Amino acid sequence: MNQMKNFTKGFIKENPVFVLLLGMCPTLGVTSSAINGLGMGLATTFVLLMSNIVISAIKNVIPSKVKIPSFIVVIASLVTVVELVMQAYLPALYKSLGLFIPLIVVNCIVLGRAEAFASKNTLVSSAIDGLGMGLGFAFALTLLGAAREFLGSGKIFDIAIFPEDYGMLLFVLAPGAFIVLGYLIALINRMNKA
Amino acid sequence: MAQKESTFLNMTLTLFLVTLIAATILGFIYDLTKGDIALAKQKAQKEAIESVLPAFDTLGDSYKVLPEDATDSLEFFPAYDANQQLVGIAVKTFTKDGFSGLISIMAGLAPDGTVTGFEVLEHKETPGLGAKMNTWFKDESKPGQNIIGKSPATSKFEVSKDGGDVDAITASTITSRAFLDAIVRAYNTYKNNPDQQEISTNQLNEGGQS
Repeated sequence: MNQMKNFTKGFIKENPVFVLLLGMCPTLGVTSSAINGLGMGLATTFVLLMSNIVISAIKNVIPSKVKIPSFIVVIASLVTVVELVMQAYLPALYKSLGLFIPLIVVNCIVLGRAEAFASKNTLVSSAIDGLGMGLGFAFALTLLGAAREFLGSGKIFDIAIFPEDYGMLLFVLAPGAFIVLGYLIALINRMNKA
Repeated sequence: MAQKESTFLNMTLTLFLVTLIAATILGFIYDLTKGDIALAKQKAQKEAIESVLPAFDTLGDSYKVLPEDATDSLEFFPAYDANQQLVGIAVKTFTKDGFSGLISIMAGLAPDGTVTGFEVLEHKETPGLGAKMNTWFKDESKPGQNIIGKSPATSKFEVSKDGGDVDAITASTITSRAFLDAIVRAYNTYKNNPDQQEISTNQLNEGGQS
C-alpha cells in the first residue's frame, strides 16, 4: 500500500512539473511537440530510476559532506550512458533531443529525488519513487507538448486534427510554453484541492 | 550499516572511488557504442544522399571543396549508375545566414546542375515557421515554391521579394533567403570547381546522350 503511494504520488499529488515546479528548463524547452515531450520524459525517467537505485545502494558508504558531489558524478555518468546509447541505437530520437539530453544532469528533479528520497530510503522504495516521479514528469511533458502542438499546429503526435494554417503559432514558441504551463498548473492545483 | 564519518581520509577515498568507477563504466560504454554511433551517422548520411538523388548504383569517393565566398568547405558525394556514369552529386552544403545561425543541407544536383532533391540535416530555425523549409521548397502542388527540377542556371534562386523566382515561406523570409543561399552555394561551387568540371564534363559527354 505504502509502495503504491510512493509510485502514484509523482503523477498528480507531487508531480515534479505541476506541483514541485522542478526541472523547468527542459520542460519549457522540449515540449514544442508531444513526441519530444514524451522522449525527454522517458529519458529522464530512466536516469531518475537508475540514479535513485544507485544512490540508495551507496548512500551508507558516502560521507555526508561529499554526498552532493558524489551524487552529481553518478547522475552525470548515467546521463552520458543514456546519451551514448541513444546516439548509437536511436539516432532519430537523438537528433531531436540531442541538445537537451546533457541538460538532464542539471535537472533539479534528479538531484532533488536523490537528496530528498533515495539517500534516506531503501533501495526498493527509491526505485519505485524514481519510476513514479519519472513517469509523472514524462506525463506532464507529454501533456504540455500535446497541448502546445494542438494549439500551435493543429496536430497531436503528428496526427492532424485541424488544418495547420489555423494554428496559433505562438503556442509552439517560448511564450506559448509559459501560457500553457500556467494554465495546466492552475488546473492541477484546483484538482488537488478538490 | 552506519553512515560513514566525514573524515578527510574517508572523503578523499570516497570521491576517488566514485569517480574511478564512473570513469571505468563510461570508458567501457564509450568503447561499446563507438562503432554503432559511427555506423548510425554513416547510415543517416547515406539515407540523406539516397533521398536527394535519383536512383544510383554506387557512390564515388567523397571530396571536399572550399567555396570562394566561405571559410568552410562543402562535401561532395558523386553517385554513379551501373555503367560508372555520373547520375548526380550530393552536396553537403550550409549557410550561416539562418534566422538562428547555421543551417546544414544535403542538396542533390544532376550533372547539369538541376536540383534533384534536398534534405535539411541540421537547423535551429523557429518551429512552425522557418522549420517548414524541409517540406515547403519541395511541395510539388505549388510550383512557385518548389525548387526541385529547377536549376539556378535557368531560374533565379532568390525569394520573390528580392526579385527572384521562388516564393518564400510565409513569415520566414530570412530562413528562405538563407536556404536558397545554401543551395546556390552548392551549385556555384559545383560549377566553379575546375577539378570537378573536368570529371563531370567527361562523365557528361559519356552519359549526357543516353
